[in-house]
Amino acid sequence: MLEIKNLQVQLEEEDKQILKGVDLSLEAGKVHAIMGPNGSGKSTLSYVLSGKGGYEVTAGSAHLEGNDILSMEPEERAAAGLFLAFQYPVEIPGVGNMTFLRTAVNSQRKLRGEPEMSAGEFLKVVRAKAKDLKIDAEMLKRPVNVGFSGGEKKRNEILQMAMLEPKMCILDETDSGLDVDAMKLVAQGVNALRDGKRTFLVITHYQRLLDHIKPDVVHIMAAGRIIKSGGPELALQVENNGYSDLLEGSA
Amino acid sequence: MAMDDVQVKDGVDAETVDAVIALSGAYKYGWNTEIEMEYAPKGLSEDIVRLISSKNEEPKWMLEWRLAAYRRWLELKEPDWAMVEYPKIDFQDQYYYARPKSMEEKPKSLDDVDPKLLETYKKLGIPLKEQALLAGVEAPEGERRVAVDAVFDSVSLGTTFQAELLQAGVIFCSISEAIREHPDLVKRYLGTVVPVSDNYYATLNSAVFSDGSFVYIPPGVRCPMELSTYFRINAENTGQFERTLIIADKEAYVSYLEGCTAPQRDVAQLHAAVVELVLLDDAEIKYSTVQNWYPGDENGKGGIYNFVTKRADCRGDRSKVMWTQVETGSAVTWKYPSCVLRGDDSQGEFYSIAIANNMQQADTGTKMVHLGKNTKSRIVSKGISAGKAQNTYRGLVSMHPKAKNSRNYTQCDSLLIGDKCGAHTVPYIEVKNNSSRVEHEATTSKVDDDQLFYCRSRGMGEEDAVALVVNGFCKEVLQALPMEFAMEAQALVAISLEGSVG
Ligand SMILES: Nc1ncnc2c1ncn2[C@@H]1O[C@H](COP(=O)(O)OP(=O)(O)O)[C@@H](O)[C@H]1O
Ligand SMILES: [Mg+2]
Repeated sequence: MLEIKNLQVQLEEEDKQILKGVDLSLEAGKVHAIMGPNGSGKSTLSYVLSGKGGYEVTAGSAHLEGNDILSMEPEERAAAGLFLAFQYPVEIPGVGNMTFLRTAVNSQRKLRGEPEMSAGEFLKVVRAKAKDLKIDAEMLKRPVNVGFSGGEKKRNEILQMAMLEPKMCILDETDSGLDVDAMKLVAQGVNALRDGKRTFLVITHYQRLLDHIKPDVVHIMAAGRIIKSGGPELALQVENNGYSDLLEGSA
Repeated sequence: MAMDDVQVKDGVDAETVDAVIALSGAYKYGWNTEIEMEYAPKGLSEDIVRLISSKNEEPKWMLEWRLAAYRRWLELKEPDWAMVEYPKIDFQDQYYYARPKSMEEKPKSLDDVDPKLLETYKKLGIPLKEQALLAGVEAPEGERRVAVDAVFDSVSLGTTFQAELLQAGVIFCSISEAIREHPDLVKRYLGTVVPVSDNYYATLNSAVFSDGSFVYIPPGVRCPMELSTYFRINAENTGQFERTLIIADKEAYVSYLEGCTAPQRDVAQLHAAVVELVLLDDAEIKYSTVQNWYPGDENGKGGIYNFVTKRADCRGDRSKVMWTQVETGSAVTWKYPSCVLRGDDSQGEFYSIAIANNMQQADTGTKMVHLGKNTKSRIVSKGISAGKAQNTYRGLVSMHPKAKNSRNYTQCDSLLIGDKCGAHTVPYIEVKNNSSRVEHEATTSKVDDDQLFYCRSRGMGEEDAVALVVNGFCKEVLQALPMEFAMEAQALVAISLEGSVG
């Protein structure tokens, strides 16, 4: 599904390398997790994949279903099936959540040459999906993320994901700042989207999310590199011993 | 109101149609206050100019200023370039001064004003009582206090919170009072932003303006409350010519709001105002208008002809002005609130929503004149037409040779509800240096990059993303208007420009 080869990235503004050659191969239908200390480059990886400005790719490649995504505009990547649940979802004052969702869904459809979703159908679908995530009508009306609690923002990201039905979902610390109940809700939302074909890259700090979203592969990232990959047991090891022995091993 | 027989075009949002119908339904402010009035003789002449000046007990220099304006006006021709049509105005067939009899003796305070007049403002929902705050108690969150200057036909009835404002050094009074009490300030700034001979209506105003508001915010002062003027035209066959002068000294800040309504009458009435804003270094003025003059009936009978000159002079470096206007009234609107960005790094913003229904005609927009370095301007204009109305956006963006590295972003949308109305966009752009940029399209630098990326990562094209974010911003601006004045604005928030043209 997603093939990342020797991805090297530095900041556009200053000469600072952040990703120092990342290799990842995500097969369709699998859940991969990335764990790693703060500042290791996890968010940067997710931003570069989805096309955020300010970063310069100095080497390497990223292909989604064989298509070179690094040469695409952010919206083209989205239409091609890439989705990023942001670590810090952005507030957009004055724009109703519902309007935002509908604009997003129909923009993607338009880019793919598909017919737009009618207002009636959209309303039906969004209500059902919002209900599963315990997002009430009030929250759908409010401006995007404005005044939302941390948990509400993250659930809202998952709602967007559910509406957009992407092929490749990247979740950047979707669990951070959530209490146990909210985390379960989010995990349920993610699991409901697992259909054997959809692929997930779950970035997290903690093992506990992975109790609910069972990963197939766990990667450890440090200082801009994947330093170790393994099965779910790797996450447990991090949980128990922290990163220090892993980091020493790689040094 | 003839909304029922209008074919609503495909793709126009139902909520929007409802909001427009609600807004332009029966005119809610069309009643008239029965009151004894005193008029100047009909028509315009030097004698009338002298009479207005003497009614206001003006010093000689002010009279001379007016007379010079009058003589100049006689030489000018009425402009005809706007996309509006109306019967020729007979300037001799109307009154230039009308004052409630009870105002002959100037009331000492608003408490002494004729209860009938006070009742008028109460009915309009305008607070003329000073809600006293207990010493040391903060105003409750969201409950902003508003000081009001109440202008009725040709005179100001009074101004609230004057004493409290003065404690902060803020002068807020009628312009006639300012001419008497603060002649130095008036002399220094009046006519320096909109010169006497600026244009036909401004020149006319300079000759015959009868009242209006004056604001001075001293250096470093953030005006402790919202200031506002409410203009009410009541008398028949009378023009209202008000003049507003606001000076924000260095590092001063003020938010000012004006509202206006008039009774429903069969004969059209003239309103020609001049507003001058002066901004010194680091000053900021937010000027909002909710214009709801009587628009005339559905056959175009009656209504206000609204010819207004509004201009802000960002004289100081880093000064910042924001015009926000919600235009739902008037039979004819001719109005271009402008910004002269003279100071380096100064900024001008213009947000406009104009709704025209039935036979209304609006020709409105803005001028952004970039003179200083690194000046920025933003224009967001939304025109909505229904019935047989015509709505024109007319904008000028001009970058002078010295305005290096300046930026403008303009976004104009119009929405046609029905197929008998019209929308027009007339942008003029002049760029006289090669480091400045004028964008009629989306640019990333004008809207927050993170917001833009968020939208684009969800599949929206760059242009759509900018439009969405800016629209949202506009709604926020409208929602920030104080409630008393802004019922219309609140309703406008429901309006979306989906299915729009232009
Ligand atoms: N736009 C940026 N400007 C400056 N530094 C950045 C920027 N983006 C990322 N960095 C730096 O790159 C490193 C990796 O950051 P990030 O990808 O956010 O890590 P993580 O998500 O793993 O905590 C950090 O040292 C961070 O400060
Ligand atoms: Mg991060």
